[in-house]
Amino acid sequence: MISRTTLTRALRATAAAALLVALTSCASTSTPAEPDPAASGTGLSGDITVFAAASLTATFTEIAAQFEEENPGTSVELSFAGSSDLVTQITEGAPADVFASADTTNMTKLTDVDLIAGSPVDFASNTLTIAVPPGNPANIGSFADLAREGVSTVICAPQVPCGAATATTEEATGIDISPVSEESSVTDVLGKISSGQGDAGLVYVTDVAGAGDTVEGITFAESSEAVNIYPIGAVADSANAELAQAFVDYVTGVVGQRVLAAAGFGTP
Amino acid sequence: MTATSSTRTPARPGAALGGIPRWVVAIAAVGGALVLLPLVALVLRVEWPRFGELVTSESSVAALGLSLRTSATATVLCILLGVPLALVLARTRFGGQQVLRSLVLVPLVLPPVVGGLALLYAFGRRGLLGESLEVAGITIAFSTTAVVLAQTFVALPFLVLSLEGALRTAGTRYEAVASTLGASPTTVLRRVTLPLVLPSLVSGAVLSFARALGEFGATLTFAGSLEGVTRTLPLEIYLQRETDPDAAGALSLVLLVVAVAVVAVAHRVGGSTGMRGLR
Repeated sequence: MISRTTLTRALRATAAAALLVALTSCASTSTPAEPDPAASGTGLSGDITVFAAASLTATFTEIAAQFEEENPGTSVELSFAGSSDLVTQITEGAPADVFASADTTNMTKLTDVDLIAGSPVDFASNTLTIAVPPGNPANIGSFADLAREGVSTVICAPQVPCGAATATTEEATGIDISPVSEESSVTDVLGKISSGQGDAGLVYVTDVAGAGDTVEGITFAESSEAVNIYPIGAVADSANAELAQAFVDYVTGVVGQRVLAAAGFGTP
Repeated sequence: MTATSSTRTPARPGAALGGIPRWVVAIAAVGGALVLLPLVALVLRVEWPRFGELVTSESSVAALGLSLRTSATATVLCILLGVPLALVLARTRFGGQQVLRSLVLVPLVLPPVVGGLALLYAFGRRGLLGESLEVAGITIAFSTTAVVLAQTFVALPFLVLSLEGALRTAGTRYEAVASTLGASPTTVLRRVTLPLVLPSLVSGAVLSFARALGEFGATLTFAGSLEGVTRTLPLEIYLQRETDPDAAGALSLVLLVVAVAVVAVAHRVGGSTGMRGLR
């Protein structure tokens, strides 16, 4: 009986907390963006929502901030997730104005059903690199070391872009890695390495650059076998097609390219 | 149903509702729809012509087999560890007991990913116990053991909660009588206490099994994902969704059917007393 009342009390508290969370999140989404000055210098105004691959989180946050600064009266909302998640969301009718994918395969899924306005533009490229825990305990020095006996290698599953790139590299080099885990996302691979669970992982150059000193990167020549291309495009039924296109142009322009290069992305 | 019962008792309006105000029933309907609608949507999305082929693929069968094996093992561990824990919480008095009870139930409310991280910090290669375990020749990283550990961690509170409530409700009268008659504590436990709370134990175990079966976040964070070793059904669904949403949908239905069956069993076995601890 005592446990029952305790539980009821706990449930009540939980419900109250949940309600609070729901209310605050509603409040934050319904907060209007900054008032739009009727006419700005560039003639652009309004809001857009940009759906971008998770690996673009840091760079696109910076690019969007600079874009808003250069175009007063505009507001860029960013939503980051795995490219295929974003494709599913857009296909199901999520209100996206721009889509930036981490690979061409996922972009093609949208162009195939005419959900992208015009043709997408390639704006960056990324290559694989080896990530090891600080100090490189397993003494990894080359791609071939990943297949060495006793080395716990973590890679992406072939179903996701980083895993497809891994498979291509394995095929091209004839080196067959027996991984201890095939993760669903590159961040999961990185997590297994930074925590020291795995000895080595295959991630993107930009992941290592963004991970600070939690992992060390080891570049390998064979990475040129699988270069990942990032395309961007305005979504077909965008309510603000002009602003969406302006943002796409900005990413492929001087500022966007400078930010991307600084984060380790290559040119397409 | 409303029509038939109201014809039987036409004199008392609202009798069909069992005396519950109508607005409560209306809100209950919304609540029911909230739970049922997504499930119905899931079933409607399943591509039936390909269903058999999708759920019998090599990776699907491996994932289902692994899920059933690990969940069963985790349930056994939950019983072995949870029964003594529930007994200590329900029958003894000591300082900090309330705190201990709250802490044991934490995995119920903890986001699974946080649970995974906590397990990593405890049993990971660089965790609190990881190095000692490695010296002892036990490697948990990326093994099926890690999956079972994660499942036991998240499922144990269900059994403890269910059983502790039943133990408190049952009271100690019969146990006191048995021990006055000369039965040893172990005999009392075996012959009196456990039979008394058996329905709760079974329903708690079934719920633990269901929770273990659905475990995702902690496994993903702590154990990794490799076919036949650590990739349980929820992880397989998550991965399939990347390339073959139809397969993910079909497998989701399999998981749903198993879950519904398990919950139904729990209710039947639990009967009137079994679920008390969870009410």
